[in-house]
Amino acid sequence: MIPTRSTSSIIGSFCGHCGELYPKETFDGGSAPPSNVLQTGDGQVAAAPHQECAARLQLEPPRYCGQCGRRLKVQVSPHAWTATCSRHGTTAS
Amino acid sequence: MTTISRTTEYPILETARQQVLEGGIGLAEAQLLEVLRLPDPAVPAALELAHQVRLKHCGEDVEVEGIISIKTGGCPEDCHFCSQSGLFDSPVRGVWLDIPELVKAAKETAVTGATEFCIVAAVRGPDIKLMNQIKFAIDRINEEVDINIACSLGMLTRRQVDQLASWGVHRYNHNLETARSYFPQVVTTHSYEERLETCAMVKDAGMELCCGALIGMGESLEQRAELAAQLAALEPHEVPLNFLNPRPGTPLENQELMDGKDALRAIAAFRLAMPRTVLRYAGGRELTLGDLGTREGLLGGINAVIVGNYLTTLGRPAAADLNLLVDLNMPIKELQKTL
Repeated sequence: MIPTRSTSSIIGSFCGHCGELYPKETFDGGSAPPSNVLQTGDGQVAAAPHQECAARLQLEPPRYCGQCGRRLKVQVSPHAWTATCSRHGTTAS
Repeated sequence: MTTISRTTEYPILETARQQVLEGGIGLAEAQLLEVLRLPDPAVPAALELAHQVRLKHCGEDVEVEGIISIKTGGCPEDCHFCSQSGLFDSPVRGVWLDIPELVKAAKETAVTGATEFCIVAAVRGPDIKLMNQIKFAIDRINEEVDINIACSLGMLTRRQVDQLASWGVHRYNHNLETARSYFPQVVTTHSYEERLETCAMVKDAGMELCCGALIGMGESLEQRAELAAQLAALEPHEVPLNFLNPRPGTPLENQELMDGKDALRAIAAFRLAMPRTVLRYAGGRELTLGDLGTREGLLGGINAVIVGNYLTTLGRPAAADLNLLVDLNMPIKELQKTL
């Protein structure tokens, strides 16, 4: 049976909103969520891509699996949502 | 400053005070356009008047509703705002909700004090399979939950209208969405007249008609006034007022968010068009108006809310809206008052 996970364990290299692969610098190989800021080569902190997506995800459930980028089957109810990837299981709010 | 002194500064608001507040007669299209064209400094007065109209003609209660999708995505229609159309490259995948989950959601909704639970399907109109599912769902919910059941299943045949009425569906939602003159820019797979036909059959069958608007789709102020007047002519029991939340993959994905002040003007105008209608805050308010706007709307003519999430997007936490109603001393409408 595919497990159900909480949102706190969403880990991956794909954006849950647009489904695009995060730039390599923004994730550490899958052991932590992507950061919202990028450390540039000269030490400057730059805004990371997908900040807008992150903001949108405050008001909508993820549509793409963070691990493989597949589209999720999403069910929204008045007080919760679930998002299921055919390979990586179900995430719940 | 009182409502009366503030409205005298703006002739259309003084007219509305006499015609709508005192006389109970909604504004006509040309008058609504004047409201929609009011300058920013006039907006608080317009909202205050709309609030007085709501209190006088609807009472102080606020109606709370939860909505849920029984069938998401894969719709054959091309409503340009909708992420559930199967004709667009939207990330929303087709999915059906099972009945136990539906009953669970109805229970959770009733706990919030809601009196309405609306079951929605992304379809042109229901087929036999969906109608059977709906009948089964209604029976299960009625067995376990004390709440009014509403449905939104697209365009209906007369037989389907009669079936839903006989199953105890309290209210049926079928939105006009936009003005007749703008409708062809938004939907090409069915006509405005087809929508009106379903609305008329719903009323004929004795169900309450919920017929809403989606504003901010690029329509002009004239068309917004036209829509409010066309809705008023239908005399729906409820008008859910949605603000466009541009969805990825839809033809309107790049439409700019509606200006918050324009949204507030629209709320006031819709209330002044329909003094006795349940005017419900629906989708998009979080983006367009934010937390402060939710408060302003509830003090500006709105007397109903959808709590929690929408069909494919998330809303404010139900507790945030319910706490706001407590702060505003607005009682939630009780179930027996809706029957």
